[in-house]
Amino acid sequence: MSNPATAIGVSWSGVSVDLGGRTVVDCVDLEVAAGSWTTVVGPNGAGKTTLLRVLAGTVAHSGTVRVGPARTSEPSGRSRARLLAVVPQHPVIPPGMQVFDYALLGRSPHQGLRFSASATDRRATAAVLNRLDLTPFSDRAVDSLSGGERQRVVVARALVQETPVLVLDEPTSFLDLGHQLEVLELVAELRSERDLTVVGSLHDLSVVGQFADRIAVLDAGRLVADGRPAEILTPELIARHWGVDARTEVDDEGAVTVTVHRRRPG
Amino acid sequence: MTSEAGRLNPDGGGRSLLGIRWLLAGVGAVLVSAVIGVATGPVAIPLGQVIRELLDRLPLLEVDSSLSAADRAIVWDLRAPRVVLGLLVGALLAGSGAAYQGVFRNPLADPYLLGIAAGAGLGATIAIVAELRDVLGVDPVPLVAFAGALMAVTAAGTLSVRRGRVGSPTTLILAGVAVANFFTAIQTFVQQQNSETLQQVFAWILGRLSTAGWAEVRLLLPYAAVCVVGLVLAVGPLDVLAVGDEEASTLGLRPRAARRAILAVASLGAAAAVAVSGLIGFVGLVVPHAVRLVAGASHRRVIPLSLLFGGAFLALADVVARTVQAPAELPIGVITAFVGAPFFLVILRRQMAS
Repeated sequence: MSNPATAIGVSWSGVSVDLGGRTVVDCVDLEVAAGSWTTVVGPNGAGKTTLLRVLAGTVAHSGTVRVGPARTSEPSGRSRARLLAVVPQHPVIPPGMQVFDYALLGRSPHQGLRFSASATDRRATAAVLNRLDLTPFSDRAVDSLSGGERQRVVVARALVQETPVLVLDEPTSFLDLGHQLEVLELVAELRSERDLTVVGSLHDLSVVGQFADRIAVLDAGRLVADGRPAEILTPELIARHWGVDARTEVDDEGAVTVTVHRRRPG
Repeated sequence: MTSEAGRLNPDGGGRSLLGIRWLLAGVGAVLVSAVIGVATGPVAIPLGQVIRELLDRLPLLEVDSSLSAADRAIVWDLRAPRVVLGLLVGALLAGSGAAYQGVFRNPLADPYLLGIAAGAGLGATIAIVAELRDVLGVDPVPLVAFAGALMAVTAAGTLSVRRGRVGSPTTLILAGVAVANFFTAIQTFVQQQNSETLQQVFAWILGRLSTAGWAEVRLLLPYAAVCVVGLVLAVGPLDVLAVGDEEASTLGLRPRAARRAILAVASLGAAAAVAVSGLIGFVGLVVPHAVRLVAGASHRRVIPLSLLFGGAFLALADVVARTVQAPAELPIGVITAFVGAPFFLVILRRQMAS
């Protein structure tokens, strides 16, 4: 399996997005260092997904987005798809498409118009399926798999793209606790194996502090805080933006565990 | 299914073998249907002799078929062109059907969307009613029908673009339905004004594979070549389009441009097929679905297998059309509808269930 090129960073400068007359992302400046794992958090409707869509090039925006070294212009189409792979929040699973064929879609930015997938394409796909323990599912239809398996297949497609940057939009939203951890642990392993830059969004505060090394807080489209988990995930900040009473615990490695308390009347 | 995956080689080679097996089955179906088609007819010619005669035409092979000159003429001038035409028309209808279903992400889409049938019907009706003369030895009906089909599909395509913005797939389908209704209205009007040609018009609308030597095949061949090559090259983008426009663009595809290019080659092939054969329904629906059921939903298999099995299916349907009421011929559209309509309803009900 060929490793992607050396890690690259991404950044947003003065990025705003208007959707139907509403400002969903409001002048965001954010820099993601090469090789880091940065997670965007925020309450529902804060603009997390839209901010990631700007990076993926699928929504019109003002301001500039940079992928890779400074001074390069915003990449488009195939060249962007070779730098940046997206695991969408609600992936469209084509009915009846088999796991291998679905993962093979990740080779698309590396292929020209041709009838059959090359041996390189097939080898790269098989290697990723093998790495994610999906080989036994190769011939199964993706839509016949369980939620956790399906999410691994979507991650596999993104890895087959062999990009230096992985964008994960709420990759765990439909998974139970065990499968959430499984997917995030997998991303963590892959990140260190392949020197990936991971940019994601998560709404679940209880896990975010243990997987990101950088957290950006978005509220009503504005970037309100950004820094290391221990600096950002404080009871004060959580109360301000989520309106909940939380306790946080920082371990020796800087990972933060957030516990949320039930609000009781009186 | 899982046990099959156990045989998967590290390079995914096990899967390509599976694909090759289906491809071989498709080629086999084409050959078998061609031989049956050439061997069947009012004049009995033994199957062995037909096979030997066919083999004799292959380069480097010399087989004596001991056919009389008359039988040889029946095989090569009457039956073979008709079988080849059936193979081509079936391949184009099924291949373009698979492409439409992929592009619109709608399993019920088929070549008759976008007004292709209505446009061809209007063109054919005008040509029949006006009693156009042969143009350079070619029957004018398919030429005018082809022009009508292309006009309808272009109208549907153009109407669904506004200020340079391409409408959604649904917009295009709705535009196609409106255009089809409009063309059908004109067609009915022209037809009623000229009731003496009613029978001829109906015979065309029901679809048939009648040939006069190789002329129809020669007429169809260039369009068939463009369409088949185009569809076969589009298998990758068709798979990518299956995940929707937003994800497709994150995979480096420009979905709208890809969709338009695929629609153009599919429509060209479907229009050409309808122009020479009349309206043969359900092939574009039944064949791709059957293929998907047995070989999976990837267009890398669906497109080539639809082309092969579509050709074989129509060639065999034509054999049935020729023999069931011999010496009279049943319109082939009746046969495909008889098989296809119930199949369509089964798919429809499965859709409703899911």
